[in-house]
Amino acid sequence: MSTPKVLTPTESSTQLKWFAAIVVIGYAAISLIPIVWIFMTAFKGTATAISYPPAVFFDPSLEGFVNLFTTRSRQSAEYLAQLPPPETWWEEIVRQNDQVIAGPSPFFGRFLNSVIIGFGSTFIAIVLGTMAAYAFSRFKIPLADDLLFFILSTRMMPPVAVAIPIFLMYRALGLSDTHAGMIILYTAVNISLAVWLLKGFIDEIPREYEEAAMVDGYTRFQAFRKVVLPQAATGIAATTIFCLILAWNEYAFALLLTTNRAETAPPFIPNIIGDGGLDWAAVSAGASLFLLPVLIFTLFLRKHLLRGITFGAVRK
Amino acid sequence: MAEIRIEKLHKAFGDFVAVRDSTMTIEDGHFFVLLGPSGCGKTTTLRMIAGLEFPTSGNVLLDNEDVTYHRGRERDIAFVFQMFALYPHMNCYRNLAFPLITQGTPRREVRERVIETARLLRIEHLLKRPVGGLAAGDRQRIALGRAIIRRPKAFLMDEPLGALDTEFRDLMCQELRGLHNRIDATTVYVTHDQVEAMSMGDMIAVMHQGDLLQVAPPQELYDNPATLFVANFIGSPPMNFLDVEGGLESDLGKARLVGGTEVAMPTLAERPAGNAFVYGIRPEHIRIDDNGPLRGRVFGVEYMGARQVVTVDTDAGRLKVRTGGSVSAVVGETVGLDIMSARAVIFDQKTERALARDTSPALAEAANG
Repeated sequence: MSTPKVLTPTESSTQLKWFAAIVVIGYAAISLIPIVWIFMTAFKGTATAISYPPAVFFDPSLEGFVNLFTTRSRQSAEYLAQLPPPETWWEEIVRQNDQVIAGPSPFFGRFLNSVIIGFGSTFIAIVLGTMAAYAFSRFKIPLADDLLFFILSTRMMPPVAVAIPIFLMYRALGLSDTHAGMIILYTAVNISLAVWLLKGFIDEIPREYEEAAMVDGYTRFQAFRKVVLPQAATGIAATTIFCLILAWNEYAFALLLTTNRAETAPPFIPNIIGDGGLDWAAVSAGASLFLLPVLIFTLFLRKHLLRGITFGAVRK
Repeated sequence: MAEIRIEKLHKAFGDFVAVRDSTMTIEDGHFFVLLGPSGCGKTTTLRMIAGLEFPTSGNVLLDNEDVTYHRGRERDIAFVFQMFALYPHMNCYRNLAFPLITQGTPRREVRERVIETARLLRIEHLLKRPVGGLAAGDRQRIALGRAIIRRPKAFLMDEPLGALDTEFRDLMCQELRGLHNRIDATTVYVTHDQVEAMSMGDMIAVMHQGDLLQVAPPQELYDNPATLFVANFIGSPPMNFLDVEGGLESDLGKARLVGGTEVAMPTLAERPAGNAFVYGIRPEHIRIDDNGPLRGRVFGVEYMGARQVVTVDTDAGRLKVRTGGSVSAVVGETVGLDIMSARAVIFDQKTERALARDTSPALAEAANG
């Protein structure tokens, strides 16, 4: 009979650490595979992208990116032969497929729309949300609990459930396919999240800080700006990222309410048509580029984000 | 520096009355303590003086100017919070400089004043440090520095030593009082700790459940408590309370305690009007004396060196007696107790109010002798 092995506290915590590491790595792998696949497809070129079985090793090509940014037309061999040799590397890629560049594609404009609408609505939602959260946190507002519940209730159904009324309202108000319209819409969706998250963060800041500042000569608003905001920075950063991700990735309303002038990248990217069907390389290139701004923004705020997401933990 | 007066100050939160019609004057240069258990309204009173809270009715006067509804920044007062409220995103220097910067003081003057204040509080070596890593006592000093740097009309302190451990609290008590003596500023100090209050205050206001019970210098408060609550709250161990059997005849000179023992009465300056009374006597005003009228068994002895507190069970109730450490008292032994009746306080049981004593100097001398 062997004596049962008794784990010392350090041993058990080492084992636990390994277990935790495996779980985290496994989870990361599962969630990263689609993203890796998108990046790979973006560099495969139009033909390889749809080959079967899918190619894991391939010669990288920028064809997808070229196709993403250009519109092209197919030409006969005779016409191509009489053209002067291609001046740029992208023209060369296009020629290999018996095509010539006809002009830039709308992708850049769509991308810019996403930036304007995504960042614009996030900014407004955070500014309004912070002030509302501060008011809810600090002042005696009649029916405050009911108001907060009401604000949250806007998130209790999928936003698309009200797509038709919004579509009709926007048409009547002339907000369809406008930047302002999309910014208002995303702000409205995000503001409840912002108020609730930020109220939690601001509740945790002792009000003595502002009171001290107010006795020392600040107005309430100055105290809010100079004393409360710096301490809420962590929460604001975390909330900003949540709001930005939602506004940036929103697909359904963008598809419904924008067609041209204010169309964002999400409804545009999946519809990039190439020769005889979807150009998967170009679609993946678009998706890859589309990931970048949020990625960079998140990395930029990562320090705050990590501290912010662990809210509820001791914050001292 | 300033005199602070509050007149019929009243604050209700819904149905709950936090402060009920308080009137008092805090004289220029006084160290004034608001004392009471938590929830008694002392902090609310302080916040109304600071302008962080507006009263439901009544007035706050600062140097005879009615500032009841002025905001904090319009009053020229400084507030020290229990948890210090040092701005965590600023270092010590900037915390100290903050009140001056908000007033638009020129940079060079800010610098001079910060250094001068830091020197006064002996915290010059901390100026460049972030406030996060400081020990509680140092944070306390920075918080005090931030209050005194502006040379305001008055300092308001809300349990500023509450977050410190006992050892440090005694030290800060002395520092605080020393600081007050040096700069001679009107200070209103809130605490629930009677030792702090007694050792620091020029005047003490005792509050309970929103009512202002008594405003008096420490010794007056100790010797002549105005109510049962004050008598019980001030002093450790607190005053002994013995129920008087039957009514009181003021000219009789004796009170009959529960259990039948008769003890001498203090000389009253008013006729007892009620019909139920409590005989209050401080532990140090009872002597263990075999010829004493009150007899009882020693229940416990707390020996503290020079002094000891002896708990005695008598027919009139359990009593605490403070005597010299050399007096012999053995648990279980029967002892006699002699009460220094001139120092006793008679309370009306119904109104809890103390009956006024005749405290002419001759009597006081007789009592002390």
